[in-house]
Amino acid sequence: MAETMTASPTAIRSSARSHDNTLLSVIFLIALWLSLALAITFLMTLIVTTAIDGAGRFDGALFTEYSSQLSPETTGLRAALLGTIWLMVTTALLAIPIGIAAAIYLEEFADNRRWYNRLVELNLQNLAAVPSVIYGMLAVAIFALVGVDRTGIVLVGAVALGLLILPVIIITTRESLRAVPREIRDGSLALGATPLQTTWRQVLPSAVPGIATGTIIALSRAIGEAAPLLIIGVAVTVRFDPDGIMSSFTAMPLQVFNWTSESRDEFKIAAAAGIIVLLGMVLALNGLAIYIRNKFQRRW
Amino acid sequence: MNRTSLRRAALPSLVALTVGLGLSACGGDSEGETTNGTEGGGSETLSGSVAADGSSTVEPLTSAAAELYQEEQPDVQVAVGSAGTGGGFEAFCAGKTDISNASRPIEDDEAKICEKAGIEYTELQVATDALTVVSNPGVGVECVTTEQLKMIWEPAAEDKVTNWNQVDPSFPDLDLALFGPGTDSGTFDYFTDVINGEEGASRTDYEPSEDDNVLVDGVANTEGAMGYFGFTFYEENADSLTALQVDSGGGCVEPSAETAADGSYTPLARPLFIYVANKAYADQPQVASFVDFYIDNLADVTEAAQYIPLNDEQTQETAAALSQLQ
Amino acid sequence: MTTTAPPAVLTTSTGAMPPGDSGALRRRSRPGEQIVMFLLRLAAFLSVAITVGIVIALLRPALDFFREVSLTGFLFGTTWRPSFNPVEYGVLPLVAGTMMTTLVGMLVAVPFGLGAAMYLSEYANPRVRKLLKPVLELLAGVPSVVYGFFAIQFITPTVLRGWLGVDVGFTNALSAGLVLGVMIIPTVASLSEDAMSAVPQSLRQGSFAMGANRMQTTLRVVFPAAISGIAAAIVLGISRAAGETMVVALAAGSQPNLSVDVREGMQTMTGYIANTAGGENIVGSVSYNTLFAVGLLLFIITLVINIISIALVRRIREAY
Repeated sequence: MAETMTASPTAIRSSARSHDNTLLSVIFLIALWLSLALAITFLMTLIVTTAIDGAGRFDGALFTEYSSQLSPETTGLRAALLGTIWLMVTTALLAIPIGIAAAIYLEEFADNRRWYNRLVELNLQNLAAVPSVIYGMLAVAIFALVGVDRTGIVLVGAVALGLLILPVIIITTRESLRAVPREIRDGSLALGATPLQTTWRQVLPSAVPGIATGTIIALSRAIGEAAPLLIIGVAVTVRFDPDGIMSSFTAMPLQVFNWTSESRDEFKIAAAAGIIVLLGMVLALNGLAIYIRNKFQRRW
Repeated sequence: MNRTSLRRAALPSLVALTVGLGLSACGGDSEGETTNGTEGGGSETLSGSVAADGSSTVEPLTSAAAELYQEEQPDVQVAVGSAGTGGGFEAFCAGKTDISNASRPIEDDEAKICEKAGIEYTELQVATDALTVVSNPGVGVECVTTEQLKMIWEPAAEDKVTNWNQVDPSFPDLDLALFGPGTDSGTFDYFTDVINGEEGASRTDYEPSEDDNVLVDGVANTEGAMGYFGFTFYEENADSLTALQVDSGGGCVEPSAETAADGSYTPLARPLFIYVANKAYADQPQVASFVDFYIDNLADVTEAAQYIPLNDEQTQETAAALSQLQ
Repeated sequence: MTTTAPPAVLTTSTGAMPPGDSGALRRRSRPGEQIVMFLLRLAAFLSVAITVGIVIALLRPALDFFREVSLTGFLFGTTWRPSFNPVEYGVLPLVAGTMMTTLVGMLVAVPFGLGAAMYLSEYANPRVRKLLKPVLELLAGVPSVVYGFFAIQFITPTVLRGWLGVDVGFTNALSAGLVLGVMIIPTVASLSEDAMSAVPQSLRQGSFAMGANRMQTTLRVVFPAAISGIAAAIVLGISRAAGETMVVALAAGSQPNLSVDVREGMQTMTGYIANTAGGENIVGSVSYNTLFAVGLLLFIITLVINIISIALVRRIREAY
């Protein structure tokens, strides 16, 4: 009676299709369709209106030039692009390992009946709601303790954003770990593995798709954050490439936001183009996540 | 089998990441444009960094200066932030920045903090801003007196002064739709101070926005609208807005670069400053070099950023203040 | 790729190990594992450290503030004028602003997010799913300032005033809430969809075998089975909506307004924080310390919401 799970869901569905024609079912399906449609229409409208606004500036100079007051018609994103890349990579390197480690501990090894572990869970939910500005202040305070004065640098920005997205990573990783069926763990332990080996070799790889989703959502959010960076004193006009994690820098959302509040039209057009570029970066991130998810996705 | 795939993917990804970071570090030599130098700047090649922060109004000026300066000294990294005048002073008095951009003079409380921290500074006026009062072109009013402005914007006007003809019977019968900066703006501070007599004293039933472009939009598209913001925002949108002339007792004066510079557009012509940390100037040659360049080339800088330049008297005052530093 | 499920499985339980059972196994743990366990524990308690840090950073200036301003006046006052003369520090208008925008946001995000999740998880064929899921996630990547400007320049004039003919102010809570809701949809949808996808096929197969159609299976079998993940997604959505700064700062406006009429502009707690933190106030002054008082209040409010929702989820899980 033990059937393999490789039978595709559609094979099951076709036999149930005859029941899917009730009026209620059809209405339900249309409602679901509309839900998706709303979200997608919204996104498309946003992208199209922005792309039209920025149409004049989709040129090479947008990527190779620095921001310029002297010649706004060739103002460019070079410093902001590199800054954002540096920032995102550093943030990911900081937040992802710690987030996954914390989630593993909380989900696999912590005793949920203890009050302090419940407190941690409550904590995480709450932290996800803290306005991003606060994380900027926290990062400044932390580095003041260590004695770093000039906080408009890549490392501080990465810490601020890392703190911001850590709760989200932990929560979503926990959910992914929770979704792995118990039998997997039981089987592994029955074969003599330690709990840690079970986690590392069985549970974690199975949870990779969910972890990837959560991480990508978190990083997508971080990439567009301007408020905490402003607090830590990140510049908006920088005409050099970042050369290390202790380097001053600027980031895409800051640069774009700064341009939208300028009076001259050339800046506003460049800002619209910059938004499209930023969306492109998010798309690339998502593409990476999809690749990972599709490679490791499994249906139980 | 799954874990091997994960391991197989992990190693190359990590390698790619490291290579990528390394490449961007190597390829990241700051490329400054090398042109024939303008006046000032010195003959040796300097390096190091200069940190400036503060008012978002003054930021384009300092950025323009940094851009021009980069042609002289391509290896000096100048970073300009826009945390607001108050935020700029906070960082400045904590020793985090070398230069603070300010759209208002430093307040006594802030000066005390700097004093306690041992930060001595020099105030340099770099430009003037003609705070412009605008109306929707359909309103048809040309000139307002400062008393009339006070009548419209003071706290007592809240919910009471709602129509143009209440201000003056010759004004049209149109509902007043007011737009202005929010309470955290230096523009707000300055306007309420000189028009209503007290900083922060204003009616609250108007449409506030921190973004002047939003105010421009609002005034241009709403009947009977009036608003106030910096001169450059009026200049850029002059075809969809009417700038009101202001009469402070000496006749109607329209806002322009000339009237702001020669002082006839009072009281709404406000000075814009940079504050320089004396110690940074003395100890770090690149800071001194940048500040010298900024002040020596003020005319070019204000033109590049399209701000109103100082008149001769103000230029002399600033030069004198700078020479005290040197 | 084949996993055999013993026929007796009818529930999805958490994978956490009851500590007693693995005692015997633990004694056989390999050397490096102690270190790894310690590191894991450290990472987990980092989250507590963050909270402590935030509370401390907020508490001191907030206490300074409450030395000058009465607590009851702050909590129950109905006028918020910290920068205009004469000053008043009643925070209720800001709280009302946050609640109204969050409410509108969740009214949009929960039905549409769950709807999208259900479609992607239960109805869409794999190819469509592969295409649509990243599109949805792209919504989450749009920077909030972009959404804010979109609300002011398109939603308010064109959609609300133009197509729907609603008489809204230049800034209004409705526009902000709508955009906020759409912003949160990916969070709710993605996590819910992951939760629903993880429900074992055996449950669906059982349901189909009993004669249910897809709608019934989705609503009565899959949805309850994934409820913990879905609830977590919704609570995360609420948290994000309440803490969202730039959209509401731009679209809901900077005018504190104690009202339930979402067509009016109303400043939210986060909008106020954003305006003050980046503004021209003097650090250390009472009006600057309002920033921390409001921040602390926001923190406490979201804490209460989270406590309630965790208790609720636990109840639902037990009932199921």
